[in-house]
Amino acid sequence: MSECADCHGCGSPAVLEFPRNAQAPKAVAVIGPPNSGKTTLFNRLTGLRQKVANFPGVTVEQHTGILELPDGRALQIIDLPGVYSLNPRSEDEQVAHDVLTGKRTDTPRPEAVLLVLDSTNLGRHLMLAAPILALGLPTLIILNMADDLRNRGGKLDLAALSKELGSPVALVSARGGEGVDKVFEFLAGVMAKPAPRELPILQDVPKCRAWAGRVSGQASYRAPIPPKWTRRLDSVFLHPIAGPLVFLVVVIAVFQTIFSIADPSKKAVEWLINLSGHWLAAALPEGLLKSLLIEGVWEGVGSVIVFLPQVLLLFLFIGILEDSGYLARAALIADRTMAKVGLQGKSFIPLLSAYACAVPAIMSTRTIENKRDRFATILIAPFMTCSARFPVYALIVAAFIPERQVLGSLLSQRTMAMLGLYVLGFVAAVVTARVLKSSILKSGRTPFLLEMPSYRWPTVQSLGLRLLDRSKVFLRRAGTIILLVTVILWISMNVPYVHGKPPAPESSLAGTIGRTLEPAIKPLGFNWKIGIGLITALAARETIIATLGTIYGMDPKTQELGLQNALHHDLTPGGAFALLVFFAFAMQCISTIAVVRRETGGWKWPILQFTYMSVLAYAGAFVANHLIH
Amino acid sequence: MQLSSNSGQPEVPSVPLVDLRRGDAAVLDHIDLPGDDARRLMELGFLPGTTITAGLSAPGGDPRVFQVDGSEIALRRETARRMMVRKPKSAKTPRIS
Repeated sequence: MSECADCHGCGSPAVLEFPRNAQAPKAVAVIGPPNSGKTTLFNRLTGLRQKVANFPGVTVEQHTGILELPDGRALQIIDLPGVYSLNPRSEDEQVAHDVLTGKRTDTPRPEAVLLVLDSTNLGRHLMLAAPILALGLPTLIILNMADDLRNRGGKLDLAALSKELGSPVALVSARGGEGVDKVFEFLAGVMAKPAPRELPILQDVPKCRAWAGRVSGQASYRAPIPPKWTRRLDSVFLHPIAGPLVFLVVVIAVFQTIFSIADPSKKAVEWLINLSGHWLAAALPEGLLKSLLIEGVWEGVGSVIVFLPQVLLLFLFIGILEDSGYLARAALIADRTMAKVGLQGKSFIPLLSAYACAVPAIMSTRTIENKRDRFATILIAPFMTCSARFPVYALIVAAFIPERQVLGSLLSQRTMAMLGLYVLGFVAAVVTARVLKSSILKSGRTPFLLEMPSYRWPTVQSLGLRLLDRSKVFLRRAGTIILLVTVILWISMNVPYVHGKPPAPESSLAGTIGRTLEPAIKPLGFNWKIGIGLITALAARETIIATLGTIYGMDPKTQELGLQNALHHDLTPGGAFALLVFFAFAMQCISTIAVVRRETGGWKWPILQFTYMSVLAYAGAFVANHLIH
Repeated sequence: MQLSSNSGQPEVPSVPLVDLRRGDAAVLDHIDLPGDDARRLMELGFLPGTTITAGLSAPGGDPRVFQVDGSEIALRRETARRMMVRKPKSAKTPRIS
């Protein structure tokens, strides 16, 4: 029976011309299956730097960027989340579907499509071509990862494929830049167009796959040999014993490195800040301005900036995990643990990325099809130790735990303490998930399906760009939110200003507020200074460091000690332990609260989450303080 | 959803996909899951008539990676139990696990 038995009024219309010299920028959508390299291409076309990594589901919302053609026309390029078909099952697929069909009011309806397919798996990826071409928009079919295809001995006849599909086809390597000129040609409307062809509308998957198989056969597609290195690496990383062991060793090694190798770099930044501080102090006349700059800004914001090298090292590690393709394997290994608490391996990917920051992690839960699983993951993500907690932990651990080696010279006590804190956050997350999934978020199971990407070498360029972006984010936070909070703190430390002298720290405005709060936090082993730090940390966790830096810097008794020593003298070991536990559990982050509100569509969940985490933090800190007493 | 491959070969009893051991290959016969879930599995390449090879797994054998249609997809046991496959005739004597 001919294929048109199930095609009614089918076919793509004749290839459309772009209206030349149109006024408004025309919108072009980039679509394709997950992990086919859409965002890599988007970044190359627009010069933007949206996040890319080697696992399915990195992009979960649409991004737009402007591409300027050589003739001066500007096009709006819309990068979309990956889809397997036009039958959306999860939130991110729904976004892609709605943009493509013009159902979203915040994004213009695309007038042309760049369909990005993985050329190393053409048979299956071509299935998506059928529904996309049926949209009737001018479409360029981009066969990405051309370098992989060639290296692994695959090939195909582009002209034949183009003829079969009735659309232009380009073999591209978005990563290396090969063939991207063809994309520009298509967008400029100067690409040679094949004769349009009637295509069947295929609603059912087997027919669609059969069609894709026939088309790739017509194009003499020879599939590349399976990636040898991926198999070899998997036999280690997915080995029942070696696999988890390798993971553990790598994690410990990273922490050890952060503490040992990063320490000199931290000292160097510290030295730079001190030097510039002294230089500035010498140049400025005595007075309020000098006090503001030295005690406020330098002591405050500077004490956060010294942690930049360590935070970057952490991001380097996360970057390697994400870009290499290992993350999907970690999710696989973790799936059983996740199943025990009622979640699935897919929840593990957002949770892992929450080690960097909870905000993108909460967004990436959009790939989870089951809404209740997704909400449970959103609610537990802020327990994971984000990079803003890291400096707080590092400061307190360094102030209270001596640098002593355990297990020969393999592990130091400080590394152990840091690892313990990371585990503490993870345990809190898992226990909370268990409670949620057996009560208010109970649900039936959705099958866990996860595509394992081939391993790739993380490129120096991509890792470098990530670190550069992270440095900017870190410094921007230090220069805006943290600076602002620190200046406000400095002012309230100087009020009431009488007889040309600032008040004693404890009788200043800040001191009064802190001492009013003190009775409530005394059971946790905190004094009023820590209390002020807890308030400012609501803006962003690491602000507590700047706050304590400023308070200790303004207090004549602790001025000369340096932050770490001052903290050591100001807190009992019980109080220090309690402070660590408090930071592990509390949801002190305005951005996270905002993103939870947006993703869950209301205030109910963020309020519940904030209350729960605050109560847990208080109770945990109370217990911690009394354990060490 | 009725999705069987009606190849003319003599009847080989179908077994659940979960019974395949590492390195075993078999042809998918049908998927015994609700329409939506079956559809997503098919979009990922698990189509009746396709050869599936069992690959490595997480410690404990769950989930397992299956090679199908040029990709590697991880499935939980609970899903693989509902997918019936037929081993090719040339396969070794059936093992009971």
